[in-house]
Amino acid sequence: MAEPFEENFFVQTPEKVAETESGMHTLAVPGVGVGLGGPDAYGLSGEARGQFRIVIGRFFHQRLAMIGLATFALLGIASIVVGHFWQYNYTTITNNLNDPPSWTNPFGTNSIGNDMFAQVMAGVEKDIEIALTVAAIAMLIGVTIGAIAGFYRGWIDSLLMRFVDLVLVLPVLAVLILLSNKLAKQSSNWLGLALIIGLLSWTYVARLVRADFLSLRERDFVEASRALGATNRRIIVKHMLPNAIGPIIVNATLTVALSIILESTLSYLGLGVQPPNVSLGLLVDQGQDSATTEWWLFVFPVVFLIILILSIFLIGDGLREAFDPKKSRVRA
Amino acid sequence: MPDPILQIEHLEVDFRTKDGVVHAVRGIDFTLAPGEVLGIVGESGSGKSVTALATMGLLPRNAEVHGSIRFQGRELLDLKEKQLTEVRGTGIAMIFQDPMTSLNPVYTIGWQIVEAIRAHQDLSKEAAQARAVELLAKVGIPNPGERINSYPHEFSGGMRQRAVIAIAMANDPEVILADEPTTALDVTVQAQVLESLRTALSETGAALLLITHDLGVIAGLADRVLVMYAGRPVEVGTAEDVFYRPSMPYTLGLLGSLPRLDSEGTERLRQIPGAPPSMLGNRTGCPFSPRCPLATDVCRETEPDLVVVPSVTSDEGDHRAACHYAEAVGRGDYGRVFSDGVVDNVIR
Repeated sequence: MAEPFEENFFVQTPEKVAETESGMHTLAVPGVGVGLGGPDAYGLSGEARGQFRIVIGRFFHQRLAMIGLATFALLGIASIVVGHFWQYNYTTITNNLNDPPSWTNPFGTNSIGNDMFAQVMAGVEKDIEIALTVAAIAMLIGVTIGAIAGFYRGWIDSLLMRFVDLVLVLPVLAVLILLSNKLAKQSSNWLGLALIIGLLSWTYVARLVRADFLSLRERDFVEASRALGATNRRIIVKHMLPNAIGPIIVNATLTVALSIILESTLSYLGLGVQPPNVSLGLLVDQGQDSATTEWWLFVFPVVFLIILILSIFLIGDGLREAFDPKKSRVRA
Repeated sequence: MPDPILQIEHLEVDFRTKDGVVHAVRGIDFTLAPGEVLGIVGESGSGKSVTALATMGLLPRNAEVHGSIRFQGRELLDLKEKQLTEVRGTGIAMIFQDPMTSLNPVYTIGWQIVEAIRAHQDLSKEAAQARAVELLAKVGIPNPGERINSYPHEFSGGMRQRAVIAIAMANDPEVILADEPTTALDVTVQAQVLESLRTALSETGAALLLITHDLGVIAGLADRVLVMYAGRPVEVGTAEDVFYRPSMPYTLGLLGSLPRLDSEGTERLRQIPGAPPSMLGNRTGCPFSPRCPLATDVCRETEPDLVVVPSVTSDEGDHRAACHYAEAVGRGDYGRVFSDGVVDNVIR
């Protein structure tokens, strides 16, 4: 800027303004002042603490969540190991009919001579398989629909949310019974069952993600990334979704637990997993008649079902705590 | 004068709201030459930010934009969203007011710079990473190699805004729009951020549209100044013109309301009495007339156009003001118009 000024100013001059500005800087913070470059004046270490690492750290500090995780992991591993290395396969028919628990058959045998230990473990494995598939399907649909509805708003939002309402008002059990009767029985395939449950379980996460996106889309960093030339798709996937990951993960865990319950209900009603496949619900169904006489046919599947669901709920609770922003000391 | 990089003509922005149509910008013209710094000053609600957002095509859906915004001769208002996406970031980059919220909290600073680069350029992750470190170093972040792995919450406000500037520089834009880049910052770090901004300009050769209500920032950076009031420019000129020969009472009021450190200490801060008008609906007369101590019947009846007024630096007629009494105000006939809200020295 040129410097020649006349003398008869009638307002405060920019020269004074400029002096004031720089004067304030040197006055207020002698030393720090205009120290560009140089050593790290802020006294922060360069080590980064990401949101993810913070959450993991908080998760591992919760005893109940750790018990849940350990139990779930143990069950998962045990079911696979038993499936491969136990002396009996779940389809193996032994000569021992209705034997109580013994060293050879720790959980006893049933009326046709199947080893119950192998059966229960196969049931655990199948339940976990189904539940994880259901959660994956539900998350995929729910997150996609919720994200699109929350991001675009307007008529797209209305349309998608009415669709969610439609799915929500369906009497789940009736639809499941109808569909699984048609589908699962035909294919005698657990995948079909998982698909059906998944197709009915995504509504909650869709609403959750939509609500999150409605608030996220108003955040400055979304506008900033748009101003940098990011496309809508890029903004949704790379900038907004990671900010909504907490509730999604927590909800995924709960979906896993709930779909095990739902699958057990269906199997108990004879509409879920079909023999010769086993699931815990199916085993409970088969064992209930002899619960008073051959107690091992009923008690072991029930106990393992409860332990499995409980362990997943514990994990979910732990994750919720870990993701809770109110517990966070990080300003987001 | 070289061809302008950004040319805005007769820009009008209306918002349809429940209460009626809000005329946020009521006709604004300006050009931005390559490498030039144009400061836009005005109170809250004078249409500064709306002008910037209109340029980026980032206005909400209820906005109606008329006029012309040409970037490198290309009409931006005619572009489809997809084509706009290509201009944003590479052609025109924007720096937002609050660095606390304009960075994504879940990603490292480095990730965000790399993301900005890779949104437009086909660079490998490693190359983009190296460029990110280089950019951080340029805006004066110490230990950029380590800091690239920091999250926004680990940065101070000034450092965050410098990181935002680095992101704006990432794709070598022709124009940078800075919407109140220092307003949310501590006075003590404002100078550092302005320094980074200056570096960004010299590195990229970009022109800067600097929106602020801080006249100190304008004085330090701008080549030309456009003063906005009620959605229209009321005074345009070189920084010297506007500061040394303000020819519109509003500019006078803005300059007069700056606190002075060299005063006796008992002097009260001078303010412009009243508040800017609501932009709802239409009105007649000069929009500043209700607050203007010089206002006469003419002012209340007809809205003055921008007319050429004498300039301190040149005779090219690029100092213009919208006031019926522009000449007299420019000469200093009215002295310190806003002294404690009272008119003194008014010779009429």
